[in-house]
Amino acid sequence: MATQHSRSAARLMMTPAVILLLGWMLVPLVMTLYFSFLDYRPLRGAFDCCVGFDNYVRFFTSSSFWPSVLTTLQMVGGVLAITVIGGIFLAMLLDQPIWGQGVVRILVIAPFFVMPTVSALVWKNMFMNPVNGLFAYLWKFFGLTPIDWLSELPLFSIIFIVSWQWLPFATLILLTAIQSLDGEQLEAAEMDGAGVVNRFVYIVLPHLARAITVVILIQTIFLLSIFAEVFVTTGGSFGTRTLTYLIYQRVIESQNIGLGSAGGIFAVILANIIAIFLMKIVGRNLDR
Amino acid sequence: MGQITLEKVTKSFSDVQVIPPLDLTIEDGEFAVFVGPSGCGKSTLLRLIAGLEDTSSGHIRIDGKDATDLPPAKRGLAMVFQSYALYPHMSVRKNIAFPMKMAGIAQDEQERRIQQAAAALNLTDYLDRRPGQLSGGQRQRVAIGRAIVREPDAFLFDEPLSNLDAALRVGMRLEISELHSRLKTTMIYVTHDQVEAMTMADKIVVLRAGHIEQVGSPLDLYRTPRNLFVAGFIGSPKMNFIEGEMAGRHGAHTIGVRPEHIDVAEGKGEWSGVVGVAEHLGSDTFFHIHQTGLAETITVRAPGEVSFRHGDTIHLTPRPDQIHRFDDKGLRLE
Repeated sequence: MATQHSRSAARLMMTPAVILLLGWMLVPLVMTLYFSFLDYRPLRGAFDCCVGFDNYVRFFTSSSFWPSVLTTLQMVGGVLAITVIGGIFLAMLLDQPIWGQGVVRILVIAPFFVMPTVSALVWKNMFMNPVNGLFAYLWKFFGLTPIDWLSELPLFSIIFIVSWQWLPFATLILLTAIQSLDGEQLEAAEMDGAGVVNRFVYIVLPHLARAITVVILIQTIFLLSIFAEVFVTTGGSFGTRTLTYLIYQRVIESQNIGLGSAGGIFAVILANIIAIFLMKIVGRNLDR
Repeated sequence: MGQITLEKVTKSFSDVQVIPPLDLTIEDGEFAVFVGPSGCGKSTLLRLIAGLEDTSSGHIRIDGKDATDLPPAKRGLAMVFQSYALYPHMSVRKNIAFPMKMAGIAQDEQERRIQQAAAALNLTDYLDRRPGQLSGGQRQRVAIGRAIVREPDAFLFDEPLSNLDAALRVGMRLEISELHSRLKTTMIYVTHDQVEAMTMADKIVVLRAGHIEQVGSPLDLYRTPRNLFVAGFIGSPKMNFIEGEMAGRHGAHTIGVRPEHIDVAEGKGEWSGVVGVAEHLGSDTFFHIHQTGLAETITVRAPGEVSFRHGDTIHLTPRPDQIHRFDDKGLRLE
């Protein structure tokens, strides 16, 4: 099939899609770039061209900039740790032959289908509410003082909610990887004297390396842009202001589109740096 | 060192008993081959000995010690799997070192044994490669190397050559036989290929549906098969079975004559028939003879240079002392 002719025909037929995607991606990016060099505040009627790097300087020197970067990284790191470790554990559990395996697997995937806004609201009002939440009842049942999760442990609470949403994704990918492990390899390791722990460390974990890499890469890309969960639960207060939330505040609450755009461009650069960094560190697993 | 005894061992998977009560002794240093058609329970039996399956009842003794409930690693056995089961993310060196690492053997002793095994198996140049970069035969040798370095009491081989091509299979067969004569360790080898069984074994165990049909040296089984199944399974091409009047004349329900024990002549003979397919192997020629009135086809072996053609009528004479007689239950009559 891969003759010269069919190859050029394929290229021709893919062109519309490629052009559409490029436009889709480039137009907003170029507009953001353009806005970031403007003093653009619609409510004040300010639209001054070419303020140079003023917006960038203001965004970076703002006292809330570094805390928001740190919060973002903590949130991404926390969710990754919980989902990867929990995902491996759940995947190994689900790999065991049990009655009703198919139903259980679908149930495990269910949280992934719930919209972020909805799941954050459910967690906020039904579980973490210090008066009516289930956790509050649980704490009271044991005679403890209920915790006001979202003001006392705000960052942890959001990490927990996001982890709950992303755990199924990690579990699903890791489960398929575990199922592709050759049973004879485990038996050989057993004959070779490897106990349960050693079999996990030397056989299962290396086999999962590639799947773990995929989970980390994909999740990082999505987690860097977490917004709904923060917006719905804490509104960025109590030290949960992520970079995306900061940009949102600059654009919508301060009505400063130029400043927000500068932040947006920085977020794009940060995401790319992290992606390249991850590719370098863990991406070599994909080459094997 | 490595005597393995099975006493009334059974294995059931839920309701199905795949191994009925079975007794067997494999002496120290013996090369025992379990042979039988697929699904006869030979691999299950090997896995019971290895400890990868639990016995439903009965006892397994290794060197007289009860090993029935010991975990696989504690039995002092090493196994070579059909798929080799190499660890794909480790180099050949690490693959071979893995059992020693698990056993906590000192680093320099590990290295010494690795070099020794690699030299014996022609793997020295490949120690730093990954299994994925090796050919089938080399992978097979790595799997054997991983078994050797543990210095086990017995080796278990589960159809180790079935993934190799014909030429490599013959080579590896010789290598494993040589390995056995050098190490003098007990080996249990599972195969469905009677040629492998005949060429390698000290003792062949013929299995059918979990039952042991016969145990003996290759020539014992060839000369005096205990029943029709063993007679038909051992030897290539298959033994000819003749029923009816001709068998009655020998006082049996069925008689069996091997293709190599029938003489072929143009003029005169006890039986006659028409030549069908002739398979010329060079050293030998196998003729499939039809219309003998005895059985549908009689296979005979003739010297390589004999040139009968398709459709020729020829005469056959079985050697009278090489006729095997069986009763109506398929058991051998003496």
